Amino acid sequence: MSDMSTQLETASKGRSGNPILRFLGSYVFSTDHKIIGLQFLFSSLIWFAIGGMLALAIRWQLAFPWSDMPIFGPTLFASEGGQIPGVFYNMLFTMHATIMIFFVIIPILSGAFGNYLIPLMIGAEDMAFPRLNMFSYWFMWPAFACMIGSFFMPGFGPTAGWTSYPTLSLITGDAQNLWILGLIFVGISSMIGSINYMTTILQMRAPGMRMFRMPMTVWALFITAILQAFALPVLTAALFMQLSDRILATGFFAPEAILVNDTTSISGGGEPLLWQHLFWFYSHPAVYIMILPAMGMVSDMLSCFARKPLFGYRPMVYSLTAIAGLGFVVWGHHMFVSGMNRILAISFMVSTMLIALPSGIKVFNWLGTLWGGRLYLTTPMLFSIGFVSMFIIGGLSGIVMAAPPVDIQIHDTYFIVAHFHYVLFGASVLGVMGAIYFWYPKMFGRMMNETMGKIHFVLTFIFLNGTFFPMHFLGARGFPRRYADPYRFEEFQDLLPLNQFITLCAFLMGAAQLIFLVNFFGSLFWGRKAGRNPWNANSLEWSAPSPPPHGNFDFQPYVYRGPYEYSHPGREDDHWPQVESAEAPDSQEIPSPTA
Amino acid sequence: MNRFWSILFFLVPLLGTGTFLMAAWGMAPFQGAWLPENYSVAGKTIDHLFYLLCWISALIFIGTGIVIGWVLWRYDHRRQQRAHYFSHNFKLEMVWTIIPAIILVFIAFYQMNAWAETKMIRPTIMQNGQAVTKPPMVLVMAKRFGWEFHYAGPDGLIETADDDYIENELVLPIDTDIVLQLETRDVIHSFFVPQLRVKQDIVPGMKQFMWFRATSTAEMEIACTELCGWGHYTMQGRLRLVTPTDYQAWLAERRQRQTPPMNPEQEETGTDQAKPE
Ligand code: HEM
Ligand SMILES: [Cu+2]
Ligand SMILES: [Cu+2]
Repeated sequence: MSDMSTQLETASKGRSGNPILRFLGSYVFSTDHKIIGLQFLFSSLIWFAIGGMLALAIRWQLAFPWSDMPIFGPTLFASEGGQIPGVFYNMLFTMHATIMIFFVIIPILSGAFGNYLIPLMIGAEDMAFPRLNMFSYWFMWPAFACMIGSFFMPGFGPTAGWTSYPTLSLITGDAQNLWILGLIFVGISSMIGSINYMTTILQMRAPGMRMFRMPMTVWALFITAILQAFALPVLTAALFMQLSDRILATGFFAPEAILVNDTTSISGGGEPLLWQHLFWFYSHPAVYIMILPAMGMVSDMLSCFARKPLFGYRPMVYSLTAIAGLGFVVWGHHMFVSGMNRILAISFMVSTMLIALPSGIKVFNWLGTLWGGRLYLTTPMLFSIGFVSMFIIGGLSGIVMAAPPVDIQIHDTYFIVAHFHYVLFGASVLGVMGAIYFWYPKMFGRMMNETMGKIHFVLTFIFLNGTFFPMHFLGARGFPRRYADPYRFEEFQDLLPLNQFITLCAFLMGAAQLIFLVNFFGSLFWGRKAGRNPWNANSLEWSAPSPPPHGNFDFQPYVYRGPYEYSHPGREDDHWPQVESAEAPDSQEIPSPTA
Repeated sequence: MNRFWSILFFLVPLLGTGTFLMAAWGMAPFQGAWLPENYSVAGKTIDHLFYLLCWISALIFIGTGIVIGWVLWRYDHRRQQRAHYFSHNFKLEMVWTIIPAIILVFIAFYQMNAWAETKMIRPTIMQNGQAVTKPPMVLVMAKRFGWEFHYAGPDGLIETADDDYIENELVLPIDTDIVLQLETRDVIHSFFVPQLRVKQDIVPGMKQFMWFRATSTAEMEIACTELCGWGHYTMQGRLRLVTPTDYQAWLAERRQRQTPPMNPEQEETGTDQAKPE
């Protein structure tokens, strides 16, 4: 804990007076990018727990439909005899997805790691706009309030799905308004953050830190920020339109006045598919917002623990850029059977096939990085290899779905659920966990426990596959997603045992996260002390003290080389920090020896 | 310990493709957890494409899995004194860019026709020596939370006052090009019959058309696959595929109950009853 207090002291250096004000100043209303990063980290982890519980509730219903829910059932649904009603199930998956996407993965990648790492990795004192940075975190709080509040609205909460397609989303309960407001606030937060990241990366690099000497993490966060800046305005506009449809009956998304159950009416003149175009124009880039930073961090971890230069640094940067660019023209692959122009579907199919190419190149480059290395299978390394292994599955199922004729069968079935959990849980979340193990010593000055880390990894890895792999089969069969009780259909009744197996794995996977929880908090107190550079890594943050003081570096960093000079032949030491002087060429600049 | 991790990671593609094969062959515990039996002509193509993509995926999956497994096995820091220092290999990179590109372009072109046939080129009939698009046989009206199937009344046309409509039960002839017109009374729904490999979202304010040709008689369920509210999972319809003769008999029986008795001319399967759009 003493590290925390030094951090507190250093963070509040120069401020004096009332200790409460000082605490508020250094931890709550802090403008230090590291504190803001940790704020994002902690709130995302809390939301991760909430989102995880919702997922388990979904799995409970699919394994034991309409059975009494343990613990929550009797108190929440006394009137229904402990059962969950159908619309409650809709709330569960709506809130699960919304929370995981907008309150866990995006803020933990861009908010937590973006904030924490960008200034440190480029050798800056702080972000370009520290105060704006503070606001970017504080705009999350109105969003938190909206989300929490929406749980308590009549009708259980938002129930239109995370995609909230009109016209359903125009006629669901008032909680939908809070859902929309919440996402607007998250959007503002991300927007502010992304402007800050772009400016910081472009303007605040330490002397010698050329763009092509930046670690992949920074590249990925940079490109993610650009994606956010271009895609978010569209989502924000669409959300405002939906809000005004609901409140002012503007009818942007409703073609004609519609009576539902003879009670609710909405005025017409609009077009439901317009929402889908706007929504996916944001949300496809958003799926890359949810993985590019993880790809960057994994690239850095793989290179560090293979003690080898990252294979194909420049192609990696170019394929990131290609993914980001193409990411704006593939949104229609979510709409093959939506009623959209059917010829247009073909062009979206072609662009989706194209985007699979840079994704594939990245995988090959990661394998090239491991090949011929000297591997240290630490916990962060295992999570990184897990990332690659799971991303391969998600990428391949992506190609299967990108074929429109095949998508006819598997669209809106569990195949889709399998796909995006492989990329989002299998890849992004494993990447994030690896990154937490990796940068924890920098953040808190202590190491996390390796044995517990490995047990956490192996259990998560096994049960994640047990949970998500069989979903491919369910999907091929046509098992629909978002069904509170699929077994009303005779043809799906025989799939109950497989669903129970999935639920079992999901609960065990959830339980495995308790190990992480214990490790995370226990290590704050009992973890082995970490020096500046416990992993013998090259990038700049490892030359700063752990944890870094306010202002980050206790020397003026000057960057001499790229971040991947591991096992350089002209050197005995197997790493070569970016700040260490003595000139030598970049690996990128020597002719390639054949591997 | 590195052996353990090597095997663990190699097990992923091994068990992955293994269970896929078990599911495809209907082996326990995955019996039934695979593409359901197919009853439509276009479904054959779709299944073929699905299998093809699965095989391509399996090859890449196993290939990359072998590399990951081997790398962990071979290059552990206890066996390897020092990492090889290299950061690129132009030839290799060209290979792994161009070959996947070719595969992807192949996939892109290979399945275009199937899409065109299932979703773009609507069946035609001959009328006055000219091919015209076939008019829909049934109007499918989706609503929260059920299906209305509107059959043409005595005038042989759907969407007229004499339509005969049935809730949640659809009867269609096999070996006939069937065209359905889909509309919704309220929110978006989606018409999905897994055994026919057909799915189409139904959007308020739009008319959707869907067509297929069923190959053998069967009974199956119709599911809604676009979230439409609290009773989404209850939107269950039944589809009976019958022989054209049985279909005629069924139609006749339905019409018996309607007045006036219809003109036998128009009592066709509906298949050749042309109406320019
Ligand atoms: C090789 C790259 C990828 C391809 C070709 C691909 C393709 C697709 C396609 C065609 C769909 C629509 C399926 C349908 O609804 O019928 C889809 C859905 C989805 N993908 Fe991917 N994908 C790829 C990578 C990713 C990545 C990296 C992520 C996230 C990190 C991701 C997240 C999602 C999500 C969340 C959905 C479902 C959204 C929903 O309907 O709720 N995908 N993908
Ligand atoms: Cu997408
Ligand atoms: Cu529905």
